[in-house]
Amino acid sequence: MLSRIAEGLFWLGRYLERADDTARILDVEVHQMLEDASSGEHLAAGALLSVMGVEAKTGERLELANVTASLAFDRSQASSIVSSLIAARENASTIRETISSELWECLNATYVALDQRAATARAIGPHAFFRFARFVKERVALAAGIADGTMPRDDTWLFLILGQSVERADMTARLLSVRLSLPPGTGDWVTTLRCCSAHEAYLRTYRAAVEPARVIEFLLLDRLFPRSAYHALATAERCCAELDGEQRRLGTGDEALRILGRARADLEYRQIGERLDELAPLLETLQAVCSQASAAVASRFFHREGTQPWHSEGLGFDLPGRAGGGGTS
Amino acid sequence: MTELFEGYAWEAAWDEMFGAPGKPRLPNRGLYATLRTLTPADLDERCAERDRSFRDRGITFSLSGEERPFPLDPIPRVLSAAEWSQIEDGVRQRVRALEALLADLYGAGQVLADGILPRQVVTSAEHFRRAAWGLEPPNGVRIHVAGIDLVRDRHGRFCVLEDNVRIPSGVSYVLENRRTITRIFPELLASHHIRPVSDYPAKLLAALRAARPLNAGSEPNVVVLTPGVHNSAYFEHSFLARQMGVELVEGRDLFCRNNQLFMRTTGGRERVDVVYRRVDDDFLDPVQFNSSSLLGCPGIVNAARSGNVTLANAIGNGVADDKLVYTYLPELIDYYLGERPVLPNVPTYRLEDREQLEAAMVRIDELVMKPVAGSGGTGLVIGPQASDDELATAERSVRDDPRGWIAQEMVTLSTAPTRVGGKLEARHIDLRPFAINDGRTIWVLPGGLTRVALRRGSLVVNSSQGGGSKDTWVLAADARRDAAGDKPPSGAGNGCDRSRLGAALRLAPVGGPEPGPHLDGQQQQQQQQQQQQAPC
Repeated sequence: MLSRIAEGLFWLGRYLERADDTARILDVEVHQMLEDASSGEHLAAGALLSVMGVEAKTGERLELANVTASLAFDRSQASSIVSSLIAARENASTIRETISSELWECLNATYVALDQRAATARAIGPHAFFRFARFVKERVALAAGIADGTMPRDDTWLFLILGQSVERADMTARLLSVRLSLPPGTGDWVTTLRCCSAHEAYLRTYRAAVEPARVIEFLLLDRLFPRSAYHALATAERCCAELDGEQRRLGTGDEALRILGRARADLEYRQIGERLDELAPLLETLQAVCSQASAAVASRFFHREGTQPWHSEGLGFDLPGRAGGGGTS
Repeated sequence: MTELFEGYAWEAAWDEMFGAPGKPRLPNRGLYATLRTLTPADLDERCAERDRSFRDRGITFSLSGEERPFPLDPIPRVLSAAEWSQIEDGVRQRVRALEALLADLYGAGQVLADGILPRQVVTSAEHFRRAAWGLEPPNGVRIHVAGIDLVRDRHGRFCVLEDNVRIPSGVSYVLENRRTITRIFPELLASHHIRPVSDYPAKLLAALRAARPLNAGSEPNVVVLTPGVHNSAYFEHSFLARQMGVELVEGRDLFCRNNQLFMRTTGGRERVDVVYRRVDDDFLDPVQFNSSSLLGCPGIVNAARSGNVTLANAIGNGVADDKLVYTYLPELIDYYLGERPVLPNVPTYRLEDREQLEAAMVRIDELVMKPVAGSGGTGLVIGPQASDDELATAERSVRDDPRGWIAQEMVTLSTAPTRVGGKLEARHIDLRPFAINDGRTIWVLPGGLTRVALRRGSLVVNSSQGGGSKDTWVLAADARRDAAGDKPPSGAGNGCDRSRLGAALRLAPVGGPEPGPHLDGQQQQQQQQQQQQAPC
């Protein structure tokens, strides 16, 4: 497969997952802020922004409306939901002949509907945001379902799922960071579970009340829940192993596989103690692992060589015209 | 109901649907009969369906950077089997002559020695490429894909307006138009025998594989080369790559080593054997042509010369579709094939000839002046529709650079009913049939792209100039009577064939899908309901 196509698939997977996870997190957090006015809106809002890598504008009051505006609708904000969906569609359009046409149509139709959905949600206010979040979650689920039902399980599929899994592990780590950065006593852990659609699965697994240590244990270590960090890492690792395709007697030659495998093993044999404040470094490491793995995949498979202009003298670039630039070198 | 056709009028042009007001031509009778039963509201509804489908599937072309849905007119254009067979012969003949011309020009040059075509016409042609001299294509084919633009004059005669043998585009719209019309007018498709267009990608792939280099294996690696996502025809490039199941590559995916073309893949480099390139000659190879190009691949022409890769279409083809060389085509058809042209040229004047120039300048207000280098209808001056100022400017430009212009007799393009503001009005149309040459046969896609000028009276149909398109139907030879509604034998008609087909394919039932376990018996359900009521 072409390196450029592989890269497009990887990032399509990442952006879709990012849009989905951001919508999930915002949906639950906005709900929480509305329901419990005492919970310190500005604290939660600040934590949310910082964990998504968005700098709060100085002088602006941290409140619900601002947070949703920048994390959901702001096109200039690279990590907003809208930007992620646009980027997903842009990636898809460069690999349109590789993904199934149904998948392309789903992504394109989402993009076409996006402006109006976002405008409505902004105009009506917070309660319309829930509808927007549902729209995003449904469209991403539809895309995932179509991909699952229409794409052959060859390298195209592996790159898509690899991107999705790396992003999922990263977002789960970020979500837990939000929670841990809040002062004890604010917010509740049920919200955290709900962000990952994990509340019901948690209850069925533990058959017990929601406790911080267990929530973290569940979201990081559970082998069976598809949104746990462990599960995402293990999936990413499997994709890398399949892409690598070589059985070695010792270790691995694939850098991404090594990074992911180590992180996965570290989670697999870890115990979550009662002291939650010790977890911050773990979550940071997890985020670093995701970005290192992503870089390793890129350097092995995507061969991003800067396009080399053939002629080097002056800047006679005049691509559409025929006259300019000819014969200067 | 004939509301849709209320006030339908056409000028002194050949109308594709009507021979006289209210009297449809034979091949159009079936279509007319169906359209008569529709109200403007029905048509609106179907068009809304069409728009949604185009928008969601991203079938767009970009016009000055903006993506727009490709405007498909809902009313198809119908060609009878007889009309088509003449077009098919004419297009084949044209492609054969153009192939012979290219082989000659980039080889022995006999036609120049014999004085049929002046050497100066060739060497001054904008798209003549010295780099292509002596570059022998493996199976002798240079024009793998051709698009021959035809117009129909007021007597209903088809003439060739222009040849396109470089990288003719538009075929994806032919296929998408048919798909869309089938979905919005299922009843029309069911009542006509229309020759299918969906074979095109398979035929193209077969022709590309047949053109593989001699040293390539029996499973050559074919790719489509696109300038990139921002090219106006990107939709078509990805469409064709998808339909053929081959990679769509950009220049940056390719590199040459030792006169061998490779692409960068996740598994390292992979040899490329045939490139269906949709990048102009100028941008294809910075070593040979425009050295600032980032869209091509340095060294690709040398790889082709070494016989390690085939470029389709070949480089330098533009000399054959040069607008001045076009004027020699009737003579060239005679010279190479010993035949008379099946499809005539539009009468055209060579302005380098002093006498023809003066004769043309006197009648400049009756003629169409075309820049030789232009494409997509830019720079065209239509005498009867131009102002005095425009004519004066045109005359100056022509006198400054006679090689840069041709003068053509004005052809009043035929008209066809076209949806404008909810009703049907006559608009001018042309036709671009597509031909594929695999080295053995030249196959002409039955139909082609009908372009329509959406502005009243306009003769410029190019999509870059606000033109739309129509689904183009070629009726199957045996179906003419049925489609025309000429008393089919009782109880038969088109359904007849289908039911026979159905009978032949009917299979014995083999048992349907397995049902799941039976859920809650009725008795249990009743008891559950009683339980619910008990506490009240």
